[in-house]
Amino acid sequence: MDAVAIEVFLQTLISGLLLGGLYALIGIGMTLIMGVMKIINLAHGELMMVAMYMAYWLFVLFHIDPYISVFIVAPVMFFFGMAIQRFLINPVLRVESILPENQVILTVGIGMVLANLATLFFTSDYRSTPVKYASDAWYLSDYWRDSPIELSLSVPWTVSFTISVVITVALWFFLTKTDTGKSIRATAQDLEAAMLMGVNVERMRLVTFGLGAALVGAAGCLFIPIYYLYPALGGRFTLIAFVITILGGLGSTVGAIIGGLILGVFESMTATYVGMGWAPVGRFLIFIAALIFLPGGVASLLRSRRLGK
Amino acid sequence: MKRYAPYIIVVLLALLPFSGLSTYMMHIIILMIMWSVIGMAWNLLGGYCGQVSFGHAAFFGVGAYTAGILYFKLGISAWWGIPLSVVVLALEALVIGFICLRLRGPFFALATLAMGEVLRVTAENLRDFTQGTLGILIKERTWVEKTWYYYIILAIAVLTYIVVKKIIESKLGYYFVAIREDQDAAESLGINTTLYKTIALVISAVLTGLAGAFYTNYMGYIDPEVVFALHDISIITIMIVMVGGVATYWGPVVGAGIMVVLAEWIRSLPRIGTAHQTLFGVLLILIIIFLPNGVVGDFSKIKRALGFGRKV
Repeated sequence: MDAVAIEVFLQTLISGLLLGGLYALIGIGMTLIMGVMKIINLAHGELMMVAMYMAYWLFVLFHIDPYISVFIVAPVMFFFGMAIQRFLINPVLRVESILPENQVILTVGIGMVLANLATLFFTSDYRSTPVKYASDAWYLSDYWRDSPIELSLSVPWTVSFTISVVITVALWFFLTKTDTGKSIRATAQDLEAAMLMGVNVERMRLVTFGLGAALVGAAGCLFIPIYYLYPALGGRFTLIAFVITILGGLGSTVGAIIGGLILGVFESMTATYVGMGWAPVGRFLIFIAALIFLPGGVASLLRSRRLGK
Repeated sequence: MKRYAPYIIVVLLALLPFSGLSTYMMHIIILMIMWSVIGMAWNLLGGYCGQVSFGHAAFFGVGAYTAGILYFKLGISAWWGIPLSVVVLALEALVIGFICLRLRGPFFALATLAMGEVLRVTAENLRDFTQGTLGILIKERTWVEKTWYYYIILAIAVLTYIVVKKIIESKLGYYFVAIREDQDAAESLGINTTLYKTIALVISAVLTGLAGAFYTNYMGYIDPEVVFALHDISIITIMIVMVGGVATYWGPVVGAGIMVVLAEWIRSLPRIGTAHQTLFGVLLILIIIFLPNGVVGDFSKIKRALGFGRKV
């Protein structure tokens, strides 16, 4: 391999990892909801789309930087998610029907409505926020004069990645150190046992859905400086979130992080070495491979390691 | 009377072209029948066997492209796509079943959804083979009149109905329902669940593929965005069965009628036309909350709500 090939490879790896960090945030939200509610939220990407439009309008109307609007959008999405859970999903949990997949189909309906309403209100134009630092980057040669290869680190990508790491760490503290967090984990582990221990399961469901929505909302704000925005983008990210949760192992938070990183790297590798249009196919290939060879996801690997000791 | 209802309906439908309906009406009715075929096929897998597929576009699209590629690459009439799609779809369903049927419930649903998307992206990118997003245009139309198209899709629909009914009334049907109700219990009773789920998937896929191959011949133009569409094919299929009634013989037919008319009506409304997905979504949400077993399945409930029928 000559220097150029190494350069391309490392650059691809870096951008894959940065993308993966953001993917992880989307995946964690989905995996949390899946763990506690036992349903797949197929409106997950659409929730992100809604959050992105919020961040977009906050930027256009009030000139609020997308990174600051994380703190506005995430709480709003939290309550939005709680409202969806309270008024739409809860009634369906009680309805008796032949197919238990009703709840999943319901979230599809919610996603359809959100995507279509966005098209109605904002048209299907591609939009992006013209932030000043959009094309800034740090170059390796600025710091190490005679480096044999040249690598760059885009500023918005790096900032987004860092914030997503911070959010993930904060979430980890919330889930492991606080009472509410522990209750959420207990509900995910065993609903009935949690109920017997006096956990208000109903409330945990609300909080979890809210939390999932807030996380994906935050991810939306972080994506907005580096990505473009259009109403149909939701479906794509729903799929990405699902692939991550399968890769990582259902309901596993650590798995979702690793799954997000794997997916990010794999996607940017396919984009570089096979072709841009094929990146989605690469995404699904890894998904199918995971289903066949590692049905429990990364989480099952982690678990078997721990048991082995 | 009830025993002869299917025969009477078929005879009436066969006489329909003689009643002098306009071309537009015939078009709507052909679409309704085509969607009932897809709905019945989905119902066999989703409603009876309990394997909810979110990716029937994968089968519809492959059926459509089988016909399209026969015409475009080999220069053979696209009608040969209908018999050929049986083979192609059976093979495709075996592969998809191998991958997806190891998953249960919602995970199966999403895996099939991913399959549909994989095939769409593949069809978009394999430009030499499928013309990519340009799509395939069938230049010569077989008939200008709709009558023959109508009879062909009606024959496919009758065939589908018979296949589904025969299967559900046979031992196979009981296996399917047992798998739907409790897969572990079915397994422990000695039912080879993987085998029967695969059978359900293959039959469902083949029937959907027939509709897809018909679609190519009828519409004369296909492209990946249309035939592999997630919302406009896969989700609409589910909606048709949900609206009509899951695990009922006539549910998909009723659902297809309602949905096609509704879609045409909403699209014709000024301004609201672009909002058809919102209205469909709201309808889906309402149906799931209030009529979880569909119009046919909850017919007694509807009658009671309207003040007919016995008071309980």
